[in-house]
Formats: sequence, C-alpha cells, structure tokens
Amino acid sequence: MTAAGAVWVYAERHGESFRPVSLEILGHARSLASELGAPLVALTVGSGEGAANELARYGADEVVAVDHPLLVRYDTKLFTDLLEHELRDADPSVLLLGATRDGQDLAGRIAVRLRTGLTAHVTSLEVNAEKHLVGWVPGFGGGIEAGVVCPNRRPAIVTVRPGVFVAPTPQSIPGAVRFVRPPIDDRAFGTRRVAFELKGTSVDLTRSEVLVVGGRGTDGDFARLQRLAHLIGAEVGATRVATDSGWVERERMIGQTGVVTRPKVAVILGASGAVQFTVGIEKAGFVIAVNRDPDAPIFESADLGVVGDLAPIVDRLVKDLAEA
Amino acid sequence: MRTIVCLKVVPRPEEVRVNLEAKTLERSGVRSVINPADLNALEIALALRDRHGGRVTVLSMGPPSFEPYLRVALAVGADEAVLLSDRAFGGADTLATSYTLAEGVRTLGGADLVVCGEESSDGGTSQVPQGIAEWLGFSQATYVDSLEVPVVGTLRARRVLEDGTETLELPLPAVVSVLGGANEVRFIDYDRWSMAQQASVRVIDAAALGADPAALGLKGSPTVVAGLREVRKPGRRREVLTLAPEAAAARLAEELRRLGVAHA
Repeated sequence: MTAAGAVWVYAERHGESFRPVSLEILGHARSLASELGAPLVALTVGSGEGAANELARYGADEVVAVDHPLLVRYDTKLFTDLLEHELRDADPSVLLLGATRDGQDLAGRIAVRLRTGLTAHVTSLEVNAEKHLVGWVPGFGGGIEAGVVCPNRRPAIVTVRPGVFVAPTPQSIPGAVRFVRPPIDDRAFGTRRVAFELKGTSVDLTRSEVLVVGGRGTDGDFARLQRLAHLIGAEVGATRVATDSGWVERERMIGQTGVVTRPKVAVILGASGAVQFTVGIEKAGFVIAVNRDPDAPIFESADLGVVGDLAPIVDRLVKDLAEA
Repeated sequence: MRTIVCLKVVPRPEEVRVNLEAKTLERSGVRSVINPADLNALEIALALRDRHGGRVTVLSMGPPSFEPYLRVALAVGADEAVLLSDRAFGGADTLATSYTLAEGVRTLGGADLVVCGEESSDGGTSQVPQGIAEWLGFSQATYVDSLEVPVVGTLRARRVLEDGTETLELPLPAVVSVLGGANEVRFIDYDRWSMAQQASVRVIDAAALGADPAALGLKGSPTVVAGLREVRKPGRRREVLTLAPEAAAARLAEELRRLGVAHA
C-alpha cells in the first residue's frame, strides 16, 4: 500500500505504450516528489502487463496498474470510477495528468467527484515554502502569470500541456509494479463506441525542429506559409486565432491551449505575441518574427524581428530560397 | 427535448491590459463577446431542436451587464435566457463554477441535454462541462463536432481526438462540450431581433438558486491564486528591423542559411 500524501501521475495509454506527455510529466514529478518528501506513483489504466512494466522504468517509486482485458479504450464513467477507487484508498497529495483530450475529459470529472481543486494547462510547476504545489498559468493580455495552489483539499489536480517538460531516459532497473484487477464487465462502461476513424497523418509539433507559425496577420493564407515551410523543412503551426478561424487544423495550435514547442528555429508570421501564444515558443532556439505593427509584443520574444507586410516579404523569401 | 446551452461572456483578449506594477488586469472599458465556442454549442443545440423539436435555454453566470449578450442568443434562436447573477457567485474556480451552473440546470427543472463550448477564451480551463456532468450525474462527451439523437433517450456524439475521431453512443441526460469552429453559426434573425430586445431575461440569485452557500463563489473554490509574477521571457536578441520586402527577404534568407535550415 502506497503512503498517503504521495505524488501521483496518471499515465495515459496510447496503444501498447503511453502518451509522450505522461512520461514528460513523470520526469518532472520526480523532482517535485523529492521536494515534497513524498513518493512518486504512476497510475495507469489499461490492458496488458507489458506496458505497465515498461512504465516502471520512468522514475516512479511504484506503478499502480489497473489492468483488465476490457480496458482497451477510454470511457469517462469507467475510468472515473476506477480512479476514484484508487485515489480514495491511497489519498495522494497531488494528481498530475497530461492535457490530452481524454486526459482533460477525465481530469474535470474526477476533480468534481473528489470535490477538489483543479489547475488546468500549467506551464511550470514548483513547490513553495509551505510545501504546496504551485501551478503557474499565464494570464491574458500578456506579461503576467498566476501561481495557483490548492491548499486545503487533496489531491491537488493539475493538467500539463504536451511539451512543457522533457521525458526522462528510461532506467535499466524498474520500480515496483502493483497490479489491480477490478471486477468489471461491459456494463461498467458509460458509453458505447460505434465508430473510430484513424486520422491519416497526425501532427506532433513538439518534435519539430523547424516551425513556420501563422497568426491573425496571415488573413488565413496558410498556403503561403506552406510554401516557405516546405523550403526550410518546417512544420506549420498556428496561433489560437488561426485555428479558431478554421484556417488550419486545431492540432497545430501552439501556446497555452495548444502545445509547447522546442524547435531550433521558429519563424512567426503575423502573430501579435500574446503571452498565451509565446509560452509555446519560449523554448525555441532562435525566433524570427514578421509583423506589420512595430509595437507588437511578439518582437520582445524574437531574436530577429522584421516590421512589414508579411505577404510580399514571404513571397520574396520563398522566391530567393527556391532559386538558391 | 429540453436543452440548456451554457454561455459565457468573455472580454476581448486583445483589449485587456496588464498593470505590471499592481499586477492586476485592467478590464475597464474592455469590450466583451460571447465566447466563440459557446456559439458553436448554441448552433448544435438549435440544429437538434430544428430536427427533433423541444426547447433551447441559454444559461449564463455573471453580472447583469451580461444580459445584452443573452439577448443576442435569443435573436440567434434560443427560446429562453437565464442569468445566474449574485455577488456570492464571484471568484469561482472550476469546482464552484460547475456547481453553480449545475444548480442552475436543476433550478430550471433539469434538462435532457446540456451543451457547452469546449473551453472559454479567457479562463480556458476546458474543465467546466465535465464538472457540470459530474455534479448532475449525467453522462458526458467532450470535444464533440457533431451530435445526433438516433433514438429517443440516446445521444450519438463524434469526439475529435489526437489520432482520429470516435463516435460514441451515450444515454441522456448528457453534457456535451462542442469544439470551437465545429459548425457555421446561423445569422441573427432580424424578425427575432426586436423580439429579443423586449424579451425578459430571467435572473436567478443565490437565494433563488437554493444552493449550498459554502459551495459557491470564492468560498466554494479550493484553488487559490497565491501570487502573480511577470512571465520570465527568455533572453532574446530582440533585433528589430524595418526594411522593404526585398531587403527583408534577403536578410531573413541570410539568417535562415546561417541557422542551417535553408540551403546556401
């Protein structure tokens, strides 16, 4: 039995393995647990012992693997019930989840089930002098972030975006694994899955070395950005305005409600530079920005900024690079 | 079918200024909008009503100044507008917000379906719909881009996930969160516009809600803002040039070559 007050990380299954964000969180949680003087527990729900044994190599003192052959897809009701059971038993101080679609579906539900506090989409996590976990969340308008704590209830539930932390190197000596085998059947599910369509290609901007990113100032012309991206081997990313406008797919959103990226080079076109966006590029090696507005805050986050209309500049740049 | 659409009024983010000395947000004079994803939620609810009949109520929590925005929802096509408004609701985090909205749904006599936008453009936690579902004991489907009622009492929802889409069937009553941009929101109906200006928005305060006072607003919020700080921006060169397009392109090409991402 795990000691009360532990730091728990929910490791979301992805096929036979895990969502990268879950391992990223596990890496950072190791040092948070040390600072809190608490053990680190990785909780996973799925089918098959192989994945659970693999998870034990990512730094947790213990893996709690809720395992059953029927647990091959996420279901809100069933997963909430299973998590509730483990969490009420173990009474951890902290529960961290990756802000994936299913992770957020689960986080919001389990937080209310346990009547506890939830901090969403943190961009950093610290332990303060009172030994409380502080989740930092950028505020809007720019330049400011709020440190959120959950001092009087537990667990403090926190979701973290992909790319915020770096996954640890797996260790050769794994931690302990405890299997939990719940007595479930088909009736334990709250939903019935009638179809699943796999997307042809999936984009993971957290792994891209070069990015071309468009914002409001592109006026929706992402074909122009694609041409440039193609020439410099870049993936195309976007601000929230651009994805909300339907100019590109939502999964290309960078920033607090998208992904945090770590490219060597990021070329930011027509983005004003709101802090919700810039948190997603601050780990970039070199940032180039083009914007019409000389006072745009994006220039504070750029190594090289060019004031001007992006359409003629990008068209000319594409021509120059294509001719070289 | 009785549907309640949760609707939030949010400040236009580009108009909010930060007072770095006081570490506060200056919202005075900032114009507001209906949270964009909530309009997609309203549209999905109206389309279901068009097909299956029933009634669509918009429900919001906030100050009386939100009323005009609820009238916009009436002009778009909602049948009824309700505003939960009381100082006691202020300062609510996701737990208290979802509790208050769930109590609002109960006070309205319950619902078959509660539809929300996936997240608000200001708070942006995307956790309130799930919270409402849990408080009410409803089933839930999040990040949905299309919705059907194939048979009475069952909802068919398509969720958009990282690797694909899954279509789920779930029992009603349910809470659904709708993706921003999931649909084209219908235009304001000008015949309805004048009606909407005359219509009454039902305002419910804490006493009328009959909820547990300890679970509302700041008191009911387990999370606390312990501090504010300036975002630590990484050290950047911050070289800013104003150049004609040709010169700008040449400079950028040179930099991209230096960085090794463009061929020399």
